[in-house]
Amino acid sequence: MQVQLIRRKEKLIVRLKGELDHHSAQIFRDAVENELEKGTVRDLIVNMENVTFMDSSGIGVILGRYKQVKAKGGKTVICGAAAHIQKILQMGGISKIIPLVRKESSALEV
Amino acid sequence: MDYMRLEIPARSENESFARVVVAAFAARLNPTLEELNELKTAVSEAVTNCILHAYDDADSIISIKVTAEDKTLVVEVADQGKGIEDIAKAMEPLYTDKPELERSGMGFTIMENFMDRLTVKSQKGKGTVVTMSKNFGKTDGSNH
Repeated sequence: MQVQLIRRKEKLIVRLKGELDHHSAQIFRDAVENELEKGTVRDLIVNMENVTFMDSSGIGVILGRYKQVKAKGGKTVICGAAAHIQKILQMGGISKIIPLVRKESSALEV
Repeated sequence: MDYMRLEIPARSENESFARVVVAAFAARLNPTLEELNELKTAVSEAVTNCILHAYDDADSIISIKVTAEDKTLVVEVADQGKGIEDIAKAMEPLYTDKPELERSGMGFTIMENFMDRLTVKSQKGKGTVVTMSKNFGKTDGSNH
């Protein structure tokens, strides 16, 4: 899985491309943790437009990042998740605590 | 009755490979995209469980057997690892004994939701066999 990081002021956009499973979750985790440690970003936008597969490992790693961001007073938004990915996000209770929007542009306005 | 067997070391790199192999075998049942995604996710959960919980050593073997009969696929994911002491507890939604690894504890719940049947047999120290089946397509033979 590839991870592209874009900073927009205090918001960190993470564009994920490929499969988010136990094997690739670490890549996502490390990339976000590195940025958060720098202290320059506060909010997290997870762009899942190009995520082709996700299992419960994705639920775990997203929740982990949500907690880290929340601990520093930030917000997390997910954008672009396909229907079958949204199903899994809902099963994991993520949709109850993290807003799911369609476009990255909408996510920036949350 | 068609079947296939796959043996892979318990390495996380093999999670994707296992999903693709089972999905490729399932193609003969003309699955919808949704059914295929569900199957792949369930397989991913079972294989990931072996990698995370069954073994400490990544060279140990995960055995996958898939059988196709009529419109039903039966997937068996087996290991000879640690075994599950309390199966009912392990299958509880949100239960995980590895919270430090950011595990959501949703693996079995997802398998139950995405497959039509799920049974787990395990003995402490002897290994675990997860057997799950899925019925594909409509009974009138139409595909969508």
